Amino acid sequence: MATMNMLQAINNALDIAMAEDEKVICFGEDVGIFGGVFRATSHLQEKFGKSRCFNTPLVEQGIIGFANGLAAQGSVPVAEIQFADYIFPAFDQIVNETAKFRYRSGDLFNVGGLTIRTPYGGGIAGGLYHSQSPEAYFTHTPGLKVVVPRNPYQAKGLLLAAIRDPDPVLFLEPKRLYRAAVGDVPEEDYQLPIGEAEVIKEGTDITVVGWGAQMEVIGKAVELAEEQGIACDVIDLRTLLPWDADTVVESVLKTGRLVVSHEAPLTGGFAGEIAATIQERCFLYLESPIARVTGLDTPFPLVLEKEYMPDHLKIFEAIRESVNF
Amino acid sequence: MTKYVHQPDFMTGDELSIPTFSLLDPEGDLYPGAVEPELERDHARRIYQAMLATRILDERMLAAQRQGRLSFYMQCTGEEAAVVGAAAALNDADMIMAQYREQGALMYRGFSIDEFMNQLFGNDLDYGKGRQMPIHYGSRKLHYMTISSPLATQIPQATGYAYGQKLAGNGHCTLTFFGEGAASEGDFHAALNMASVHQVPVIFFCRNNGYAISTPAVEQFAADGIAPRAFGYHMHVIRVDGNDVLAVYEATRQARKIAVERNQPVLIEAMSYRLAAHSSSDDPSGYRSKDEEEVWRAKDPVLRLQKWLLKKQWWSEEEETTQQETLRREVLETMKRAEKRSSPPLESLISDVYADITPALQRQFDQLKRHIRRYPEAYPRGAASLDLDVGTGTDSQGEA
Repeated sequence: MATMNMLQAINNALDIAMAEDEKVICFGEDVGIFGGVFRATSHLQEKFGKSRCFNTPLVEQGIIGFANGLAAQGSVPVAEIQFADYIFPAFDQIVNETAKFRYRSGDLFNVGGLTIRTPYGGGIAGGLYHSQSPEAYFTHTPGLKVVVPRNPYQAKGLLLAAIRDPDPVLFLEPKRLYRAAVGDVPEEDYQLPIGEAEVIKEGTDITVVGWGAQMEVIGKAVELAEEQGIACDVIDLRTLLPWDADTVVESVLKTGRLVVSHEAPLTGGFAGEIAATIQERCFLYLESPIARVTGLDTPFPLVLEKEYMPDHLKIFEAIRESVNF
Repeated sequence: MTKYVHQPDFMTGDELSIPTFSLLDPEGDLYPGAVEPELERDHARRIYQAMLATRILDERMLAAQRQGRLSFYMQCTGEEAAVVGAAAALNDADMIMAQYREQGALMYRGFSIDEFMNQLFGNDLDYGKGRQMPIHYGSRKLHYMTISSPLATQIPQATGYAYGQKLAGNGHCTLTFFGEGAASEGDFHAALNMASVHQVPVIFFCRNNGYAISTPAVEQFAADGIAPRAFGYHMHVIRVDGNDVLAVYEATRQARKIAVERNQPVLIEAMSYRLAAHSSSDDPSGYRSKDEEEVWRAKDPVLRLQKWLLKKQWWSEEEETTQQETLRREVLETMKRAEKRSSPPLESLISDVYADITPALQRQFDQLKRHIRRYPEAYPRGAASLDLDVGTGTDSQGEA
């Protein structure tokens, strides 16, 4: 075991994947000698050479189009989009090409080797264009997998799984935790399952669901709730597409209550999908309305970020109100 | 007229070498054969003062960022001539759509130090209502479109804005700034193509400063810079020494004539160098040498113009000293004022998302207010603007 922050864990996963398989190729803006603006790709160019780890021009649609072709050829591209806020120029390539490659060719061709890594989320005083959580746009896209780790251990195991997954994966990295989240990470190779949620804590009164950076916030809210004698079942979805409804259903059948939290705006957010599925499958067991604690229906602010963010107090209040409904 | 040949004849652009238009040498003397542009004394002094003020603002604000008073900053250092020279050749009512490093143009147009500070500190007087990171300036009054972070998005917008100016027949044009890195984005190509096809009075001003964050030009494009791309779009183009403000001024002045009088787009590529880091979050020592930077320091655009002005006796050493001292003092005093002001009100969270606040958003806001009333100490800014009694600090940059 070693102690790593999330960036080191991601870097370690890339190192292992590139050492194991020479078809693994990392590229994106500034990922070469500089190691990426967050340093997730540090030393990879030194170790594996410029043909396997390189800078691209500033053209997100080009990066993903290139990655699609490279993956279709049989390589295993790990493309970095410098911030999730800047993924939208590549939206057409991801949504119309990456996601539909296998389907439209009747499986003659596929881009299953492709992993797209991108830092997402707020809490870094980044304002509108360095804080977005765009997951919902992509969870509406059959053919993609969408994965979000919550800590260094998860990041390494899920990223290695993503790179080796037979389908294209969008890997959203919570940048607020890049250096803030530190923990034990095995130095050897391991994988964590894609498509499976993890029950982090068991309790009987209410289910609390989240992913990525929200898990830390949920942890604090749950501590407050427990001081009030409320026992929470806490679930990290880890994969949003395809998401593990069974684990959430099983929990809500036990607790009868559900709170879902995400940083993205409320309307059209992924919490809506979860709420709809759970009321369909757990209707007669629900003892209070399903609560969503999310960002507001506004662009991400700067100065009033604290007010905007779904924090531990807002989640705690939602838990309290659900239990006292 | 199609010309047919009957042997394969592959063409490359190698024989196409685009010259660089330059008037002033690094010592502030005109090159032999160079014709001094028609530039009046007061205009030349206005240009120089904007360049100097930009340099001093940048130095001070980077220092303020290092002291933790400011969350983020981007310097124009090394590119003042390109930016101010271009702005100076426009009509002040022409639209400027910048990328993010062109505060010199705004300085030239008369944006006050107070206005800069209010944006940098995101206080209640910031025109952008504290919503964007520092350096995302904008001014309707000064015809300077508010900066947006996503790269290159302003370039096709400039084509559209200028088409509107053409239809309005007001004799104005639009100039859009972007870096050579942004010229890789799809938006750049879309913008040039539409401008050329639709005969639009727009000036595409590329600041070729050698780096896109850490990525040197050689890893961004294989051709001779950005300028040759104009030929593919059937567009006028000129390459200019971006550290020579007289050359930039004259090239842009003539480009504006083409744009406004003929309704045709022009591409200008200013060859310069980003002497500073990409931003306050960047450290160029990780990807380029001090020696390389020194070569470009010797071509300092501010000093070059200063030397020319001194030789013409349009500026003096005394004025230089006084002006520098005055500017430094003004920047510091203004900064202290700006950082003490309060944050934008809580309502600014939900205003301007739509022209009218939607019922759903109003419900969310009411819920947020109830929540803040319950935990005022956890949301000092929100509580302060709801007049709830909490001890709020004067720090205007996040909760830290």
